[in-house]
Amino acid sequence: MSDDGVNRTRRRLIGITTGLGVVGTAFAAAPFVLSMTPSARARAAGAPVEIDISKLEPGQMLTVEWRGKPVWIVRRTLEMLNAIDQSNKLVADPSSAVEGQQPAYAKNKFRSIKPEYVVLVGICTHLGCSPLAKLQAGPEAGLGSNWPGGFFCPCHGSKFDLAGRVFKNVPAPTNLEVPPHAYLADERTGVNRIIIGVDRIGKQRREGVA
Amino acid sequence: MQKLLEWVDDRFPLIKTWEEHLAKYYAPKNFNFWYYFGSLALLVLVIQIVSGIFLTMHYKPDAGLAFASVEYIMRDVSWGWLIRYMHSTGASFFFIMVYLHMFRALLYGSYRGPRELLWIIGMVLFIALMAEAFMGYLLPWGNMSYWGAQVIISVFSAIPLIGDGLAEWLRGDFVVSDATLNRFFAFHVIALPLILVALVFVHIVALHKVGSNNPDGIDIKKNKGPDGNPADGIPFHPYYTVKDIVGAVVFLMAFSAVVFFAPEMGGWFLEHDNFAPANILQTPPEIVPLWYFTPFYSILRATTESIMPVLSVMVALLGLLSVFTVRGVVAKSVMIAIAAVLVIGLYALEAKLWGVILMGASLVLFFFLPWLDRSPVKSIRYRGWMYKTALTIFVISFVVLGYLGTQPAEGPKVLMAQVGMVLYLLFFLLMPWYSKYDRTKPEPDRVTMK
Repeated sequence: MSDDGVNRTRRRLIGITTGLGVVGTAFAAAPFVLSMTPSARARAAGAPVEIDISKLEPGQMLTVEWRGKPVWIVRRTLEMLNAIDQSNKLVADPSSAVEGQQPAYAKNKFRSIKPEYVVLVGICTHLGCSPLAKLQAGPEAGLGSNWPGGFFCPCHGSKFDLAGRVFKNVPAPTNLEVPPHAYLADERTGVNRIIIGVDRIGKQRREGVA
Repeated sequence: MQKLLEWVDDRFPLIKTWEEHLAKYYAPKNFNFWYYFGSLALLVLVIQIVSGIFLTMHYKPDAGLAFASVEYIMRDVSWGWLIRYMHSTGASFFFIMVYLHMFRALLYGSYRGPRELLWIIGMVLFIALMAEAFMGYLLPWGNMSYWGAQVIISVFSAIPLIGDGLAEWLRGDFVVSDATLNRFFAFHVIALPLILVALVFVHIVALHKVGSNNPDGIDIKKNKGPDGNPADGIPFHPYYTVKDIVGAVVFLMAFSAVVFFAPEMGGWFLEHDNFAPANILQTPPEIVPLWYFTPFYSILRATTESIMPVLSVMVALLGLLSVFTVRGVVAKSVMIAIAAVLVIGLYALEAKLWGVILMGASLVLFFFLPWLDRSPVKSIRYRGWMYKTALTIFVISFVVLGYLGTQPAEGPKVLMAQVGMVLYLLFFLLMPWYSKYDRTKPEPDRVTMK
C-alpha cells in the first residue's frame, strides 16, 4: 500500500479515535462481564448454618446443606479413629499439608476440633461430585478387604478415609475440604450444636462480603 | 406477478441471489450418499429452533419450577410431549448428522485447500453446537442435568490461577444453582442460536465461494463446457434440491420412528437419572454425559498419572521424527524445544489439568487437519493403505471411546480408554508422515460416477 498523498494528521487522528473506541468498548463491556459474577444475594447466601448434633449416635452421619453444598458431620467411634491412625500410609496427604483445605484448627491428625466429630464438605476435590459414605470398614463396602472405612466417589473412583483424606493414586488431587465451623456451648446439656460457616462465634467469615 | 418481481428486484438482489446460490450454482454431478448430511443438519437446526420456540412458551427457567414445568409440558400442555420429544430427539440426531457430515470430509479430503476456512468455520460451528447442547441439558433440572453441569464446569477450575474464578463466573454462584440455570437458559435460547445461525450462513457463503468438493476430490472448475460452466457440474436447483428432499423424507421417517416409538432410546437420548429432580445432596451413582460427548469425556477421564510415561515417550518420538523431517537448524531447535517443554509439562502439571488439555486438544487438532494432511490426493479413493488404515483406526477408537465414556471407569476399561486416546491423538499427530509417504493412485481428470 502506498502512503503517497496521505494526510498524516488525519491518519493519526483516525488511529487515536480507533484506540479510544477500543478502550470505550472495553469499559462498556465491563458491566456485562461483571454482571455474571455471583450476585450480592448469592454471596449473602453463604450465611452460617446451625445444626443440632445431640441425637447423632456414634458411627452415624448427618448431611446438611451449607452454601448449596452438602456438608457431612460424622460422629466417629474409637475404632474409626484407630482406623484413621492406621491408614496414614494409604493416603496422599496424611498431615493435611495442603493449605486451604482446612482451617488451622482442623490441621491435625483427625482433621477436626474434637476427635469424635468431623465436619467435611461432601464435594469431591476432583470434579465436584458428592462421594458416597462407606463408613463401615472391611469388605462389605465392596472396596477391597482392607478398606478402613471412609467415602467413595462413584464418578471417577476417588477414595477418602474417615478424616476426608484422599487416597493415593486416585483422580482427586487433595483432601476433602473442612469448612470453617465452631461448637456452640449450651449451659444445660453441654455441647450439642455445631455452626458451619464461621470460625468462632462473633467473628463471621463470609467470602466476598468482608 | 412479473411486475411485482421486477419491483422487488429493483430494490433487492432477489433473482441474482436465487441464481448465484441455487439455479446457477454448479455442484459436482457425482455427489453420493455422504452428501446428504449437510442439508439434513440444516433441517435439524430448523426443527430445533421451531420446537424450541414452542417449548419456551411453557418452560420456566427457575430452579424451583423448571423440573415441574417440563413435566407440565409432558402431561398437561396439548401436544407438549410431542414438541418436547422432537426437541430432545433432535439434539441427538443433530450430532448424528454432524458426525456423518464431518466423516464425509475425512473420506474425501473436503477440508483441504482451498476449503480450509470452510472447514474451520464448520469446526467453530461444531463447538458452538456442543455448547448449545450442554447448556440445554441443564434446563430440565434433573439430577443428571445438575451433576453433569457441576462436573463439566468444574473442568474449568483445573486451569491454574484463574480456574476457580472462571468457574464461579460461569456459574454465577459458588455451586450450580438457580443463577446458573437462568443464564444457561439465556445462552441456550438466544445467544448461541444466534451464533449458530450466523455461522451456518457464513459456512454456506464460504462453501459457495470455493465450490463443493466431491467424492473424487478433484477440481471441477478446471474443465469448463462451451457455456463456461463446469462440465462436471449440475445446477444445485433443481438437481440437488430434489435429491436433498428425498434425503429429508427418509430422514423424517427415521426421526419420527424414534420420536413416537423410542424417544428415550433406552437411556441413550434421555437418561434415566434425569427423570428425578436435581438433588444437591445426592450425586447419581454414575455421572454420564449424553452419548455425543462421551468420546471427549473418555479422554478427560483416561488421563491419569499412569498414562504420563506413555505420553512422554510419544512426545519424545514425535519430536525425534520432526527433527529428522524439518530442514534448518532453527526449525530443528524449535521442534526440540516444543518436545522438551511438553515432556517437562507432563510431569510438572497435575494429571487433572492434562485431562482438560487433552480433551481440548482432541477438538483443536481437527482445526489443523488442512495443514497436517500432506497427501498429493484428496479423496480416499486414490489414497493408499496407510491413510485407509489410519482412518479406520481413528473411527474405531472414536466409537470405542464413546462407548467407554458411558461406562464406569474401572479395571481394564481405563486401560482401553487410554489406548483409544493415544490412537485418537496419533491419527492427527502422525498424519504429516503417513499421508505424505502413502502410495497414492493417480487422480482422474474428470469426475467418475460410481
